[in-house]
Amino acid sequence: MSESHDRYYLAPPSYWPIVGSAALFLMAVGFVMTLNHRGGGGAILSAGFVVFAIMLFGWFGTVIRESEGGLFNKQVDKSFRMGMSWFIFSEVMFFAAFFGALFYARVLSVPWLGTGDTMRELWPAFQATWPTSGPGGKPFTPMGAWGIPAINTLLLLTSGATVTWAHWGLLKNKRSQLILGLFLTVALGATFITLQAVEYHHAYTELGLTMGAGVYGATFFILTGFHGFHVTMGTIMLIVIMLRSMKGHFKPDHHFGFEAVAWYWHFVDVVWLLLFVFVYWL
Amino acid sequence: MEAAHEHGHDHHPSGIMRWVTTTNHKDIGTLYLWFSFFMFLFAGSLAMMIRAELFQPGLQLFQPQVFNQLTTMHGLIMVFGAIMPAFVGFANWQVPLMIGAPDMAFPRMNNWSFWLLPVAGILLLSSFFMPGGAVAGGWTMYPPLFIQGGISYDMTILAVHILGISSIMGSINIITTILNMRAPGMTMMKMPLFVWTWFITAYLLIAVMPVLAGAVTMLLTDRHFDTHFFSAAGGGDPVMFQHVFWFFGHPEVYIMILPAFGIISQIIPTFARKPLFGYASMVYATASIAILSFVVWAHHMYSVGLPTPAQLFFMYSTMLISVPTGVKVFNWIATMWRGSMTFETPMLFAIGFVCLFTLGGFSGLVLAITPVDIQLQDTYYVVAHFHYVLVSGSLFSIFAGVYYWLPKWTGHMYDETLGKWHFWLSVIGFNITFFPQHFLGLAGMPRRIPDYALQFANFNMISSIGGFMFGATQLLFLYIVIKCIRGGVKAADKPWEGADSLEWTVPSPAPYHTFETAPVVK
Amino acid sequence: MMAKLIRNTGGGAALFLYSMLARAEYAINLQQPESPIAYQIFHLHTLILWVCVGIFVVVFGAMFYSIFKHRKSVGHKAAHFHENTTVEIIWTIVPFFILMGMAFPATQTVLAMRDTSVPDMTVKVTGYQWKWEYDYQKEGIKFISSLATPKDQIDNKAEKGEHYLLEVDNPMVVPTGKKIRVLLAANDVIHAWWVPAFGVKQDAIPGFIKDTWFKVDKPGTYRGQCAELCGKDHGFMPIVVEAKEPAEYAKWVADQQAKVAAAAQNADKVFTLAELKAMGEKVYATNCVACHQANGAGIPNVFKALDGSATVKGPKQGHAEVVLNGRTGTAMQAFGKQLSDTDIAAVVTYERNSWSNNTGDAIQPSEVKALRK
Ligand code: HEA
Ligand code: HEA
Ligand code: CUA
Ligand SMILES: [Cu+2]
Repeated sequence: MSESHDRYYLAPPSYWPIVGSAALFLMAVGFVMTLNHRGGGGAILSAGFVVFAIMLFGWFGTVIRESEGGLFNKQVDKSFRMGMSWFIFSEVMFFAAFFGALFYARVLSVPWLGTGDTMRELWPAFQATWPTSGPGGKPFTPMGAWGIPAINTLLLLTSGATVTWAHWGLLKNKRSQLILGLFLTVALGATFITLQAVEYHHAYTELGLTMGAGVYGATFFILTGFHGFHVTMGTIMLIVIMLRSMKGHFKPDHHFGFEAVAWYWHFVDVVWLLLFVFVYWL
Repeated sequence: MEAAHEHGHDHHPSGIMRWVTTTNHKDIGTLYLWFSFFMFLFAGSLAMMIRAELFQPGLQLFQPQVFNQLTTMHGLIMVFGAIMPAFVGFANWQVPLMIGAPDMAFPRMNNWSFWLLPVAGILLLSSFFMPGGAVAGGWTMYPPLFIQGGISYDMTILAVHILGISSIMGSINIITTILNMRAPGMTMMKMPLFVWTWFITAYLLIAVMPVLAGAVTMLLTDRHFDTHFFSAAGGGDPVMFQHVFWFFGHPEVYIMILPAFGIISQIIPTFARKPLFGYASMVYATASIAILSFVVWAHHMYSVGLPTPAQLFFMYSTMLISVPTGVKVFNWIATMWRGSMTFETPMLFAIGFVCLFTLGGFSGLVLAITPVDIQLQDTYYVVAHFHYVLVSGSLFSIFAGVYYWLPKWTGHMYDETLGKWHFWLSVIGFNITFFPQHFLGLAGMPRRIPDYALQFANFNMISSIGGFMFGATQLLFLYIVIKCIRGGVKAADKPWEGADSLEWTVPSPAPYHTFETAPVVK
Repeated sequence: MMAKLIRNTGGGAALFLYSMLARAEYAINLQQPESPIAYQIFHLHTLILWVCVGIFVVVFGAMFYSIFKHRKSVGHKAAHFHENTTVEIIWTIVPFFILMGMAFPATQTVLAMRDTSVPDMTVKVTGYQWKWEYDYQKEGIKFISSLATPKDQIDNKAEKGEHYLLEVDNPMVVPTGKKIRVLLAANDVIHAWWVPAFGVKQDAIPGFIKDTWFKVDKPGTYRGQCAELCGKDHGFMPIVVEAKEPAEYAKWVADQQAKVAAAAQNADKVFTLAELKAMGEKVYATNCVACHQANGAGIPNVFKALDGSATVKGPKQGHAEVVLNGRTGTAMQAFGKQLSDTDIAAVVTYERNSWSNNTGDAIQPSEVKALRK
């Protein structure tokens, strides 16, 4: 670590964290109030989102200024890389909890409900097949894999390629390739989200596939829902990166911000592949 | 470049704003430590109410529902509000000092990790004043009981989310600091053991806090969004929650003990005036404990009726954890062996730790044996077990660490006589409180009950008396700490003869900025 | 509250001294085992306990020896050794073998404990908030068992009885010398059926059936408690099992079956309001007081008041339906499966005509029957 000739940049005191805490507080209180049908919850929740957005702008704005001001040496850059990797790892574990729930239901709890004493004593009419809404659930039609989900798979895979292509452009200092690549990625991401909205609408209105459709509906919506939320976040991040590229940020040898978003995007991509296989297909 | 750097140092807000906006690892460490101490007093007061109600059979002070709130909030706050933040406070103060770094890798995020805690704290504490009162479903939050509750249950879920975000950011910070900010020459295998244990703990946190977040998210959707993760009618299973929770929960208990191992591994060599015995095997043992901790979770679920092979697997893997833990105990004793020991307060607490933690480990081993656990699951034997590992384990190590590093933090020596009083009263009070609980559990007293059958009366009364004694003793600790901050004998840079890690090379109290130019480690 | 605490503490201390002298109730071990499994568990625990005590003595013997001999104040100079691979290997391997020695008998007990095959009889036990239901499916006997300790004892208004909190109105009855399989189910939340003397503890998981077994040789009364936090009255749902010689057990079965037959006749009977109210008071006391309280006032914000309630004062069918089917999303459970038509008619009539409620109407068992779906 002695390779750095200058000092490690240490941020000066900052108001942004406490603003962020205030935002989370408002969001939590607003959300709890909304859930419990207390008046004013929605307003507090929205206020929380606004404050949170202000915090993100302010905080990341500061970091970007610091970065463009040349305050970050190699060692700082390395810290950012490590930080982002471990953040993504924590996201992996978050999804792991829901995948765990899915596998548990498919491999263990549903078969248990349909066999032995449990079936005889409590659920005599239950057929343990997957997908299911459980012995007490309403009928529904599961989501097929080869319609919108397959198209979405193609979209995301393509977007993984376009973001890499943009990266090559950045490395070769071809700014138009960088911006075009990012633009295409954003477009693909946005299309994905739109199609998913269409799919949800279809599920709710025509298939009877809702959050309430037993453990299938629950795992389906929690997995695809959180994934969709991550795609949305990723798309917003890509837009920010695209705007920064247009402003001339990033250099071939100094562009952690770009890479962080690209990593995140690839992570979202991989999660989708698992989803496609285990939620839609098998 | 340099100008901007100076800028970072000079314009500090003062007064309260200094603490709100600080990006200094020492300030943030102090904040963490005070926050956790406040929470400890609060959750301890709840424990006093529990012990007061259990002083005698019959309902005297609290109605059953309120009692369940006390138990639940006591557990939740002790775990998430007192023990965990205290260790993060130590990490903040000590990790940069021990590896020769100028600060943590992400100072601003560090501030946020801390300032999320009061948010979660307010959500938890204010839930007492909500209609229906605070959560009463146990700190383990098992559905379907947890689904039945009111608004405070949602507040708890969101508090857990926020605590999770805080822990994950804190861990990322610690890992990055350790990997990327070590002084030249400070190789991984030269790092003080405290740094190593926190390094491994941080990995555990990153791996399991998101899983807990997932578990409580499913609770929330089951409560409000009509999902059926934990209800058989929809094809789910209440036991599934327990699997997800304990996949987090068991590593969690090691999250609360590995940093303690680290603190003890700093203190024993110092006061034995002899290098830590078996440094490398200590590192490997810590890593083994961490890895094993991912495959033992269902030992909390022996009575749910798991398939027999699963019961056997979890019994074996749980028993196996005794091996690396034993290695640690043996190495500590080998460190003391033929040393030149003195017994200042940190050393007393460290010895108390080794002895009593091992006792708690042994009761853990008894619980690991599936058939025996069938008798003891959800009894006071379990309560005794985890207070031995958490109070005379984690908490004692925190006391030990505070006494050990107070001179460095404040620049003053603490009052040694009072420190010794604190130790002896704590050890005695602690054992009076929790030792009889083994007997209660064996004889058949379930936990989480506000009232009990007559044959349990005597030991409960003894336990309560011990509890009051132990609780009152902690006020002495508060006094000692404040006294030490206010003044006292000036501490030398290296107040302990046998200490040798980097923090003892800087002045006492440690200046606001240390190691701005990295020290060179041979 | 403080004054009360002090008063209790003073009284307690006196009681404490008294009990120290008078009756030494200091059980420090597992309860006397009365089934083969409990017996094995008892010995397994003893074995592990002594192994641990042995290790503790050796390890801490060494530590305290060192503390006394190797201290600076006696002038001991520190040695400088700090590693030795051989000892590390030894103290990794030796504990490993000790653990194997424990795992072997433990495994045998696990296998025996889980073997519920070829039982002599089966009883289905269902946990409710906060009582147990015993269903002898073959024999056609089914009853609810709930806490029998009077509230006054719990509130310290009356002297506590010998089996304080460990007594029920209708104990489970089993024959001695028979392998009894227990099927565990739960109606609302998780409970755990635990009888220490039998070495049996099994969680009751809503929506699933779990099983366990026991066999008891000595006739007698065995007591246990619910062992999983199940809400407010988790501490007040004991388990009492009476083991009887097979002949006496057969007599008990016959008695119970006769009662069932008698109750079936009641179903079509028409009762007076006063009769129903008197019966209903008992039903209320065992099933409803825990939440709605004896004065019908409930617990504000937690359990609804019945006194003055719109449902109770409204049409009697609507009222009875809530009792039959419960209210989803609240703690109000469906009593339809637990209580007979007569019981429901009685308790509904009682609630409608107690406290300040006086609708003056009664609902008959036959009307309840018609409401069942
Ligand atoms: C700091 C926290 C901590 C730690 C370190 C431990 C350590 C261990 N715990 Fe504990 N445990 C808890 C906190 C902790 N536990 C909590 C909070 C609960 C209850 C949660 C709840 O339900 O609310 C619990 C519950 C719990 C249960 C479930 C009980 C039940 O609910 O029925 C079990 C069962 O296996 C268990 C086992 C163990 C074991 C085997 C260890 C081992 O790691 C111990 C290993 C140590 C030693 C064995 C001693 C030293 C070793 C030697 C000197 C070597 C030689 C020894 C031999 C060869 C025997 N614990
Ligand atoms: C994490 C650490 C931790 C710590 C440090 C403690 C500390 C203590 N615990 Fe706790 N406990 C848990 C974790 C912890 N506990 C958990 C996880 C549970 C399970 C919860 C559940 O079932 O869901 C539990 C449950 C639990 C129970 C079982 C409750 C039940 O099952 O119904 C009991 C009963 O005795 C108890 C007692 C105590 C006591 C007396 C202390 C003492 O050590 C506390 C001492 C501290 C103080 C008292 C504060 C300082 C003093 C003052 C503020 C002054 C006021 C005091 C006086 C005037 C005397 N605890
Ligand atoms: Cu039923 Cu506890
Ligand atoms: Cu565990």
